[in-house]
Amino acid sequence: MSDQPLPVMQGPVCPLSLAHQTQIVIGHGSGGTMSHDLITRIFLPAFDNPTLRANDDAGVVQPNQVTRLAISTDSHVVWPIFFPGGDIGRLAICGTVNDVAMSGATPLYLTAGFILEEGLEMVVLNKVVASMQLAAAEAGVHIIAGDTKVVQKGKADGLYINTSGVGIIRDGVNISGAEARPGDMVILSGPIGNHGMAVLAARGELGFQADIQSDVAPLNHLVAAMLDAGQVHVLRDPTRGGLATSLNEIARQSQVCITIQENSVQVQPTVNAACEMLGFDPLYIANEGKLIAIIPPGDVKAIIEAMHATRYGEEAVVIGEVQQAPQGRVLMKTNFGSTRIVDMLAGEILPRIC
Amino acid sequence: MKYLTEFRNPELVHGLLEEIRRTITQPWVIMEICGGQTHAIMRNGLDQLLPSEIELVHGPGCPVCVTPIEQIDKAQAIASRPEVIFTSYGDMMRVPGSDRDLFSVRAAGGDVRVVYSPLDAVKIAQENPERQVVFFAIGFETTAPANVMSVLQAKTLGLQNYSVLVSHVRVPPAMHAILSSPGNRVQGFLAAGHVCTVMGYWEYAPIAQKYHVPIVVTGFEPLDILQGLLMTVHQLEEKRAEVENAYPRLVTFEGNRSAQNIINQVFLECDRKWRGIGSIPASGWCLRPEYADYDAEIRFSVAEMKSTESPICIAGQILQGLCKPIDCPAFGSQCTPEHPLGATMVSSEGACAAYYTYSRRLS
Repeated sequence: MSDQPLPVMQGPVCPLSLAHQTQIVIGHGSGGTMSHDLITRIFLPAFDNPTLRANDDAGVVQPNQVTRLAISTDSHVVWPIFFPGGDIGRLAICGTVNDVAMSGATPLYLTAGFILEEGLEMVVLNKVVASMQLAAAEAGVHIIAGDTKVVQKGKADGLYINTSGVGIIRDGVNISGAEARPGDMVILSGPIGNHGMAVLAARGELGFQADIQSDVAPLNHLVAAMLDAGQVHVLRDPTRGGLATSLNEIARQSQVCITIQENSVQVQPTVNAACEMLGFDPLYIANEGKLIAIIPPGDVKAIIEAMHATRYGEEAVVIGEVQQAPQGRVLMKTNFGSTRIVDMLAGEILPRIC
Repeated sequence: MKYLTEFRNPELVHGLLEEIRRTITQPWVIMEICGGQTHAIMRNGLDQLLPSEIELVHGPGCPVCVTPIEQIDKAQAIASRPEVIFTSYGDMMRVPGSDRDLFSVRAAGGDVRVVYSPLDAVKIAQENPERQVVFFAIGFETTAPANVMSVLQAKTLGLQNYSVLVSHVRVPPAMHAILSSPGNRVQGFLAAGHVCTVMGYWEYAPIAQKYHVPIVVTGFEPLDILQGLLMTVHQLEEKRAEVENAYPRLVTFEGNRSAQNIINQVFLECDRKWRGIGSIPASGWCLRPEYADYDAEIRFSVAEMKSTESPICIAGQILQGLCKPIDCPAFGSQCTPEHPLGATMVSSEGACAAYYTYSRRLS
């Protein structure tokens, strides 16, 4: 072993780049940079308009002098259909309610489109629809139109649900990913990573049992309480791509730097342990019942207090602040006093989760 | 959880940093072998906190990065076959072969599945007797026990439809290769803790002696890494070149003998090509002839496939510790995690990915 001959060194070698521009791959749906790339290259050029270009969770339009509407849509393909803490029905309601609420709007009406696979058990559909109604009641929204399509066995995975939602933005509220200002503070409404890890654990593929509940919840009442308490510049729910990706989107849209403190971002011990075992960073794991708020420093106290008084904001904390530079970057102060970059999720690191 | 918080204690981290500062008197180049350690260093910003005398260079211990392009192309050829369910560790999905990756094969209709353990692949084989199930058995000594166990389990179960595409590599021959390279700058090593959990560290004494380098078996948490560095610096300053263990809570001198026994039962040492580095004698493992029935290269007649890589990136020099990711003109511009030019940018353990993810605009 100690007398081996010299190895043959080839010098620099390397494979060709793979741009994935000829075919859709799973990473295009990850919510990270591949998804953004798809939007920029395919959808934006085709549908281009100022509302779409704002790049927020909901499109904001003003059909007349008095009313501003927020409109959003979201498709849900999560597997398994039922997971600890929720199911595809609750997710379909909360996902769209939250997207509308993140523009500061009060969500009012939803539509629901169902794509059902031949052979789906009626009892499953019943359960999902009941769960949707419960979630809609909790959020205080009505499902006012719907559509059903059935596809042949094997052409879908049980059922997929698309929901669209509309809400009215209250006067004086101007919330967008582009509104973060240097000096603003960053609030996170609670611990991260539960939804993604709950879904992954529910697939039974992890090789260990983990008691993790999805956080899927409607956040519109929390948002209303925050808007009653003070001024909010940015709201975003860190779903696919996780906290890291949402913060990067905001930093880029607002052309600011966001610095967060490692020890202020809470992760439940079970979620953290599961992430450690699988080599995942909780910063990139999906949430379905959390929000990031960026607010002027003078309003922090009142807004945090208002959040603490609501069901889904009890664990809200300040996790960082907005700075001028480096623009478009998210940095993290580690527990050891060093600083590192927190980047966007690139492509798919996890199986599809929502 | 206890083990995580204890070994990430900021006070203890600063205590160790102070001790390293007190001990060091001159510049030293130290290589961490394992990509997991590279990531822990960058993720925690430990490189920013160390005294400037310590230059860390990043070793070839990223299994995804060093898997040769032939094996990736073979994997894709097998995975494209209609009768095959191809199973792989998640990280291999995005590694480019000659012209595509396993995600592309899946998008084109191949049945490619990510598994967390090769034993899951055996289970898939049991559940799908009419299909051929292939596991992409890559990695260092760390993944070898589970990979060979899957073969032994398939044999016990009498499965006719399970095989493995093997691309295993071993750390000690790579250390020889680095140390005997004419441009070598490495003066001390942090040996990879998980590899040594399996193999022990009895293999390293001849290397320490022959090249007069200290080798310290090191773990992956911030305190582990700093303890490993402190012990290496002590040795360098005292002109010692010994093998020491800074990871005794998991690693023993002998290692896991039962794991080593099953590895030797199924695997045989062989020459192996390392992506970006070249062929290193006796640096790999392949299936023993008596397990040829489980060899996917034979079963699917891909053993003769040859591939060539085009010279664009400097992954080879990075894997040998000759260059750092930031020395590469393509780094962060033409080469990013979404559009990787080299395997070191693809894997979550790759040095380029670590630099890109955690620190590219800080230095």
